[in-house]
Amino acid sequence: MPKDNKSLASVFFNGVINENPTFRLVLGTCPTLAVTTSAINGLGMGAAATFVLLGSNAVISLLRNFIPDKVRIPAFIVVICTFVTMVQMLMQAFVPSLYDALGMFIPLIVVNCIILARAEAFASKNRVLPSIVDGLGMGVGFTLAITVMGAIRELIGAGTVFGIQVMSSGYQPMLLIVMASGGFLTFGLYLGLFNLIVNRIEKKKKGGAAA
Amino acid sequence: MNLRLSIAPHIRSGETTSRLMLNVIIALVPCAIAGIYNFGVNALVVLAVSMVTAVAAEYLFQVIARRPVRVGDLSALVTGLILGLNLPPTAPWWMAMVGSAFAIIIVKELFGGIGSNFMNPALTARAVLLASWPVFMTTFVNPTYWAEGVDAVTTATPLATGGVAPLDLLLGRIPGSIGEVSKIMILVGLAYLLITRTISWRIPVIMVATTGLLSWAFGSDPLAAVLSGGLLFGAVFMATDYTTSPMTAKGQAVYAVGCGLIVAVIRAFGNYPEGVTYGILVMNVATPLIDKFIRNRVYGHRKEEKAHA
Amino acid sequence: MSELTKILLFMVSCILSHNFIFSRFLGCCPFLGVSNKVSTAAGMGLAVTFVMTLASLFTYGVYHWLLVPLGLKYLDTISFILVIAALVQFVEMFLKKSSPSLYGALGIYLPLITTNCAVLGVAVLNVSEGYNLVYSVLNGTFGALGFMLAIVLMAGVRERLETANIPKCLRGFPASLIMASMMAVGFMGFTGLV
Repeated sequence: MPKDNKSLASVFFNGVINENPTFRLVLGTCPTLAVTTSAINGLGMGAAATFVLLGSNAVISLLRNFIPDKVRIPAFIVVICTFVTMVQMLMQAFVPSLYDALGMFIPLIVVNCIILARAEAFASKNRVLPSIVDGLGMGVGFTLAITVMGAIRELIGAGTVFGIQVMSSGYQPMLLIVMASGGFLTFGLYLGLFNLIVNRIEKKKKGGAAA
Repeated sequence: MNLRLSIAPHIRSGETTSRLMLNVIIALVPCAIAGIYNFGVNALVVLAVSMVTAVAAEYLFQVIARRPVRVGDLSALVTGLILGLNLPPTAPWWMAMVGSAFAIIIVKELFGGIGSNFMNPALTARAVLLASWPVFMTTFVNPTYWAEGVDAVTTATPLATGGVAPLDLLLGRIPGSIGEVSKIMILVGLAYLLITRTISWRIPVIMVATTGLLSWAFGSDPLAAVLSGGLLFGAVFMATDYTTSPMTAKGQAVYAVGCGLIVAVIRAFGNYPEGVTYGILVMNVATPLIDKFIRNRVYGHRKEEKAHA
Repeated sequence: MSELTKILLFMVSCILSHNFIFSRFLGCCPFLGVSNKVSTAAGMGLAVTFVMTLASLFTYGVYHWLLVPLGLKYLDTISFILVIAALVQFVEMFLKKSSPSLYGALGIYLPLITTNCAVLGVAVLNVSEGYNLVYSVLNGTFGALGFMLAIVLMAGVRERLETANIPKCLRGFPASLIMASMMAVGFMGFTGLV
C-alpha cells in the first residue's frame, strides 16, 4: 500500500514541522519554559511527553467508538492520566535524578494541552495506526524543539551542552538565561527566529512559483 | 517623540525630544565627572563603552530592520550614559557592552523604539546584568581619591555594612556605582532638570520621602536611608523617564509612592541589599494600569461615567 | 515570629516572590492567551482564584483523608484532576443557578480552567511541600492572586503596546514572551522576601 505509507509519513512530518506543537501551535508553554534549563532536561521531558502521547493516542483511537460524546473529555483525561502515572513510576525507578530535576512538571503532563488537543483533534477521529504515528510525530516535534531550546539555554547560561563544557574556560556564563526571566526571553526570541526563517522560506517559494 | 495619548488641554512648549534628552545629558554630566574623579580611568572606560555601544546598537538595529534612523534624538546616548553610571567602577568592559546592547535592542527597539518601551531600558539592563553576573555587579571599591593613599579596596556597599557618616554619604566618600555616590552632584543635576522644566519635582520628592518614612518605620535611620545606595540617582534620573511613568499628577503620585514603598520593603526584607532598580521597574510595569484607571476627568463628562470596576 | 506574622509573610511570598507565572511557570497558557484586555484578564484572574481556592481545599481532603489512609498515594494525579474537573463543572452549574451576573462575567473562563496547569499545579505543590490545611488553602488563594496580578499587569502593558511597531516576526506570542521576561526581571527583586 504505497499510498497509505505516504500519508503516514505526511502525518508524521506534520507533527514535526508543519504543526510543530511548540513553534506553530504554541502549546505546552509551561513545561517548555520550566524544564529547558538544560538540554538533558528538555530531552527527558520530551521523551516522557512522547510516551504519554503515543499511549493515549493509541488507546483513545481504539476506544473512539465506545466513548460517549458527552463524557469524552473526562474519559480522555483519565486515559492520559493513566499513562502519566506510568511514566512517573518508570522515571522514579530508572532515572531518579532526572525525575527530581523535572519535579512537578511530570504530573503536570496531564494538563499539557498538546496531549489533550491531539486526543480531541486526531485520535478520536482516526484509526489506530495513523493515531500512533501522529502521536510519534507530535512527540518528536515537541522533543526536538525543547531539547534545542534546552541546549541553547544551557550553552549561554552555563557554558555547557548536555553537561559537556563547550565554551572556553574564560567564558562568564550569563546566569539570567537559566532563570525564569531568561526562559521567557529565550523562548520569545527562539519563536521569533523560527518565524523569521519560515517567512523567508515562504517568500522564496512564492517568488519561485511566480517566476 | 511621545506617541501616547493624553487628555486635553495639551501644553505645547516647542520642546523636541532631542532638546529634552540634551537637558538630561547636561544634568548627568556632573555625576559622570564626579564618578570619573572618584574612581579613575576604569569608570571612564565603562561610561564610554556603554554610550558607544548604545548608539551603535540603535543605529545598526534601525538600519537592519529598515526603520528610519533616529539616533539623532540622543535617547540612546542617554540610555547608555545612565546604564554606565549605574555600573560599579570595576565592571569589565564587555559587561557594559552586553548591558547596553540589551537595553537598546531588547528592551527598547523590539517594542517599537522610543516612546514604546514599557520599562526603563537602562534599569532593565542593570537588573539583567545583576542577575547574570552577580559577582561583577557587586564588587565595589572605595573611591581612590578619598582613600588617602590606600589603593582601591573591594568592599560591600554601605547599605550592606551600615554605619557610615552622613557627610561621607553626601560627598560620595563611599563605595558604590559610578554615578550614584556623589549626592551633591545628583542634586545639582536635579536643580538643572527642574529649572529647565525637563521633569517635575513630584516623582523624585514623593519617592524619596516615601522610602525615608518607611525606612524610619522599619527601624533604620531615615537620613542614611535617603542618602545611601542608588535612591537619589534612581529617583531623579530613572523614575522620571517620560515613557515609563504615568501622565497625570495623581498617577505620578501613586507611582512614586509605589516605587518608594517597594524600595523600602526590599531593603528591609529582601535578598538584595538595594531595591531601587526593582522598585522602579515594577512600577514601570504598573504604569499602563495607573494611566488607565487614574486619569483626569474629561471635561464635560460626569464622574459616574468614568467609574471603573 | 508569631504564627500570624508567619502567615502574613507566607501570603506576601505567594503573590510576589513565588509568583505562579514569574517564578514557577504555572498557568502560562492563559497568561499568554487571555491577556490582551485588562477586563478579560481580571475576569480570568477572578475565576482562577475561585477555583484554585476550592481546589486546594478539596484536593487536600481527598489526599489526606482518602488516599493516604487507603495507601493509594500513587493515584494522586488522577484523583486531583478528576476533583478539579468535577469542581469546575459544579462551580459552573452553581453559578449559573445562583448568580447569573457572576456567571456572565466568569462563565466563559471556567471550562478553560480544568486544563490550567496552575490549578493542578497548586494541588501537587501543596502535597510536595507538605503544607497543612490552612497553608494549602492560603497557597491556593494567594498563589491565584499572584497569577491575577501578573495577568492584569500583562494586559495593561499589552493594551498599551497594541499599536507599537513590533517587528513582524515577533508579533503575537514572541513579543508577549519577551514582555513577560522583562516583567520577571522586575519581580526578581522580591526574591528572598520570605
